[in-house]
Amino acid sequence: MNITELTVHELKEKLDKKELTSQEITKAYIDRINEKEKDVDAFITLTTEEAMKQAKEIDEKRAKGEKVSSYAGIPIGIKDNMCTKGVKTTCASKMLENFISPYNATVVEKLNNEEIISLGKLNMDEFAMGGSTEYSYFKKTKNPWNLNKVPGGSSGGSAAAVAAELVPFALGSDTGGSIRQPAAFCGVVGLKPTYGLVSRYGLVAFASSLDQIGPITKDVEDSAILLNMIAGHDSKDTTSQEIERKDYTKALKNDVKGLKIGIPKEYFGEGINKEVKEKIFEAVEKYKELGAIVEECSIDVADYALATYYIIACAEASSNLGRFDGIRYGYRTKEFENLKDIYRNSRSEGFGQEVKRRIILGTYVLSSGYYDAYYKKAQKVRTLVKKQFADAFKKYDVILTPTAPTVAFNLGERSNNPLEMYLADICTVPVNIAGLPGISIPISVDKQGMPIGLQLIGNYFEEEKLLNAAYTLEQAIKFRENYKPEFKK
Amino acid sequence: MSREDYEVVIGLEVHAELSTKTKIFCSCPTEFGGEPNTHCCPICMAMPGTLPVLNEKVVEYAVKAGLATNCEISRDSKNDRKNYFYPDLPKAYQISQFDKPLCEKGYIEIETEEGTKKIRLTRIHIEEDAGKLNHDEYGRGSLVDLNRAGVPLIEIVSEPDLRSANETEIYLRKLKSILEYIEVSDCKMQEGSLRADVNVSVRKKGAKEFGTRTEMKNMNSFRSIVRAIEYEVERQIDIIEDGGKIEQETLRWDDVSGKTFTMRDKEDAQDYRYFPDPDLVAIRLSDEYIENIRKALPELPESRRIRYLEEYKLTEKEARILTSSKYLSDLFEEATKISNNPKAVVNWILSDISKTLNEKELEPDQIPFTAENLAELIALIEKGTISNTIGKKVLAELFENPKSPSKIIEENGWVQISDESAIKEVVLKVLSENEQSVADYKAGKEKALGFLVGQAMKQTKGKANPQMLNKMFIEELKK
Amino acid sequence: MKVSKEEIRHIAKLANLKLKEEEEDTYILHLQDILNYANIVNNANVDDLEEAIGVQDKYNVFRKDEIINFEDRESLLQNAPDKENGMFKIPKVL
Repeated sequence: MNITELTVHELKEKLDKKELTSQEITKAYIDRINEKEKDVDAFITLTTEEAMKQAKEIDEKRAKGEKVSSYAGIPIGIKDNMCTKGVKTTCASKMLENFISPYNATVVEKLNNEEIISLGKLNMDEFAMGGSTEYSYFKKTKNPWNLNKVPGGSSGGSAAAVAAELVPFALGSDTGGSIRQPAAFCGVVGLKPTYGLVSRYGLVAFASSLDQIGPITKDVEDSAILLNMIAGHDSKDTTSQEIERKDYTKALKNDVKGLKIGIPKEYFGEGINKEVKEKIFEAVEKYKELGAIVEECSIDVADYALATYYIIACAEASSNLGRFDGIRYGYRTKEFENLKDIYRNSRSEGFGQEVKRRIILGTYVLSSGYYDAYYKKAQKVRTLVKKQFADAFKKYDVILTPTAPTVAFNLGERSNNPLEMYLADICTVPVNIAGLPGISIPISVDKQGMPIGLQLIGNYFEEEKLLNAAYTLEQAIKFRENYKPEFKK
Repeated sequence: MSREDYEVVIGLEVHAELSTKTKIFCSCPTEFGGEPNTHCCPICMAMPGTLPVLNEKVVEYAVKAGLATNCEISRDSKNDRKNYFYPDLPKAYQISQFDKPLCEKGYIEIETEEGTKKIRLTRIHIEEDAGKLNHDEYGRGSLVDLNRAGVPLIEIVSEPDLRSANETEIYLRKLKSILEYIEVSDCKMQEGSLRADVNVSVRKKGAKEFGTRTEMKNMNSFRSIVRAIEYEVERQIDIIEDGGKIEQETLRWDDVSGKTFTMRDKEDAQDYRYFPDPDLVAIRLSDEYIENIRKALPELPESRRIRYLEEYKLTEKEARILTSSKYLSDLFEEATKISNNPKAVVNWILSDISKTLNEKELEPDQIPFTAENLAELIALIEKGTISNTIGKKVLAELFENPKSPSKIIEENGWVQISDESAIKEVVLKVLSENEQSVADYKAGKEKALGFLVGQAMKQTKGKANPQMLNKMFIEELKK
Repeated sequence: MKVSKEEIRHIAKLANLKLKEEEEDTYILHLQDILNYANIVNNANVDDLEEAIGVQDKYNVFRKDEIINFEDRESLLQNAPDKENGMFKIPKVL
């Protein structure tokens, strides 16, 4: 039995049947990390020693017959923008290179309560700004399918770690596609929940009205399992919703008969790679075979949504990142005589190019004279985008699009042209602008063997419907059984 | 042109710290003082990933203040971020309110020499206070203490309706007393929980346009506000008279030199980039919510004043001075409740207590003794245990070292001498020592009696019962 | 959309960033590019629409006024680049 190949629900079964211990599982992952991490570079901080200690404690509890949580003793990886008390939280930035949070993020607390064991903190684009994880201050994570390609981003470390079986599952965060796009690039499942379903408390903010934490997993069932663990109202986050607790695994019915799927034609325009399109249409055919009702529809605000996204996200980021001033924590310049030097030099030296670019853009669109033309207008366009989706969901249960216009690209290929890079987010961004849930599942690979992701978008808090639609397709396609990352050099 | 040809125009932005138990966006205590950075948590220290949650009392208190100042209460309101860098502002933005404040378009009435005047309020909004900068021992650096960061404030913005330093003081005192009455702020100016940004401009009388204004920030005593306005008015008139132009700028008032100084260099023009805070959801208040607060409003100074005229038969002037401060007014009511002697209480408050406050430059909220102490003092005088003269000494002691007046007189041996033989002894002694006065009295100079009584008081250190002294002197002199 | 050198410097100042000469030039180009694209929001017909603060129609999420003390003061100060007497130390501010 190859332990690291197993999904979380398979691991749970083995734990329940006492065929495996938490220590065996944790050890298997640590061995795998020791073997593959040097190729993939997914982690910023490893906490393997602490993980083994916890695994031992949980095994002892189990052996004594003490009550443990359902998934107790299963390891996880956490994107390095979620605060962990006692373990560095860097946001892949020089600014926070040595930062240790005085508190745990709510999701981290929840995982602790579930007795899930953290193996470490995963690489990302600095402050989650980017789509390739190349903007990490520390290292470039490689795509396990082809080590010359990017894993996507910003949750590239999380997606690559799951794909490379360095962790059984991982947490990512998604502001404009940062869970779904790397999941698509790495051939794993990535879910961005409805805005407000998962607490943002302790997630280092990039864009507060768009950020959402979600699972990156090997399959849809694991996604439902991890969502069960992290979803729920949190009084520390006023944007978190009070909704009834659900067991998302119960929604996985493997049945889409009568499910109405809308295919917005605007998402299949010239910007979308031909092979990606073909594979998506094959999957659409599969849905039809499974009894779903598929119709073409129109959501023509994608361009507006993207422009709106960059205005709003950068505006919020420019304000959110003001607190990194070299006074209470974080990087402080060595070159200073006065306060102004501390501010300017610390921020200029501590932030990377992309972060500075977005702070500049965000400051610009909020500055006097431009606020109305950009920010205010964007807030109205946001209402328009929401409206269009609301109209679409009157007719359809889910909306289907590609996750990304292309498969994973080569390292270094795009990082010099920010606009081009931003345009690659066109399929994922509208979901964040509207606050809807979206999931990416791998459906096939292109000729080079790189995975292609399909995105399903659901209505507010209809994760159950979304997960079931994804699960049913996954069961029919059997991607995991047909394709495996090869660590191609 | 002369000083009299100019009209002074003043508008105030008053910041009052709300007396909630906890900060505006986190559960840390608002208590004044404490070791540096001990009333703090990850939220008010702006640790990465933290989020604000609005304290319900802050909204309630702001609405209360709005209702007590005749404001319209906004049904729809929100929080905005005001972005700027300063070491006492850990998030690099202050959560405030920009275009949708909780309260708008109010007014308060003040009593001036020309009669009652309405001062319009533009708005009242909620926001968070900043931390504090201290200096290190060697004066080389500054030290940031964030205990105050996140303490809730309301900012009360007036229209430029004030026309003199005196009016400004009356307005501020009135505003302060309203906030004290409705118990939303303790308004302790010496602790900085009430402070004002003062905008001053001058214009030629009859001019339609306002002159260019200057702003003096963070003023926290009536005395310096009055002085600063007077200085600034003179300065502006001098500049205009010399053919110069007033620059719109922020000034710092220096109490020691009695001058204003430019605070910010002009190239640092601020652009606060206000935008709605995405971490907080909007505020929507129902009519019912607002009505419930209105119903629960405590009695305001106006109605207390009217009640005092009838219930206690006070004079208009007495009632107005008492109700100008909630602390004085409460002291009066509580002491009266115990002593049942409103006249005596009001006399003590308006004469000796007010005089002492003035001398010591204290505000009524700094009176160190209780209403029980005052009532007891009055009762001791009524009973004849002490004289009025001793009473004044007891009051002075109450300001220094507050405790029960009976204890004070006991400890100081101030109990009044009412023993007939003891008094007689003193009277005879005084008479024998002052033959000239005795002769004067007998020659018809009534005044001499007062002198003799005074001498007897002196000899008994004020403890002799004055009525008995009087009576006995007359008896003896008749002999 | 043209962005001038003065503008980029003003913006950098507001954001407390110090840009090198060549960075200014690159950022101007990038900013113009992105703003040109972002300008399409001005084509959208949104005249009758309200501005969205966030994505939610939520109101009045408040906290009770109850004190919870954060006990671990050390952890709040542990990341400070410079501190003295339990306070964050910075160069002298007038």
